Amino acid sequence: MTKSELIEKLAAAQGQLTAKDMELAVKMILDHMSDALARGERIEIRGFGSFSLHYRAPRVGRNPKTGEPVSLPGKYVPHFKPGKELRERVNPEAAHIDA
Amino acid sequence: MSALTKAEMAEQLFEELGLNKREAKEIVEAFFEEIRLSLESNEQVKISGFGNFDLRDKSSRPGRNPKTGQDIPISARRVVTFKPGQKLKARVETYAGPDSDF
Repeated sequence: MTKSELIEKLAAAQGQLTAKDMELAVKMILDHMSDALARGERIEIRGFGSFSLHYRAPRVGRNPKTGEPVSLPGKYVPHFKPGKELRERVNPEAAHIDA
Repeated sequence: MSALTKAEMAEQLFEELGLNKREAKEIVEAFFEEIRLSLESNEQVKISGFGNFDLRDKSSRPGRNPKTGQDIPISARRVVTFKPGQKLKARVETYAGPDSDF
């Protein structure tokens, strides 16, 4: 499913709003989430999962073309941890033994 | 710092899009439910500019109960992984860390 398919499904299910309005709403939700992470804030959606930042320590990488060492600074990367309901729904057989 | 939740997302839709509170809440709920439904039917979700939710099948492996030390096999399962998109990665990379004032 792509973002535009997601918007179509939401618009079809929600009779009140036009597809255009739904597009705006989805964009706003995603921007809100990206803004939060960019500020270092967590996102917690019960039954879906949580987003947080993980730190990557500085390291010496290499220019793949020249083989020259390049020092890469430490950085943060987004991380998603699926919530219990999502874990169980993608995995119905193993749900009962999920830790 | 407090975490972003569905309630705040709905509040923003209410304030900035002029939806009523019930509609705003329903849309936020449906947004996450549609993603779950797609993943549940084993279909990847690709949100350009944000990231992809992928499914991976893991084979069974030996595990252990960390409390009792007892060996328990971990069964084969399907898991959701998130791969952030370029745009989100670029935005987050510049975060200066919890000690910064920004």
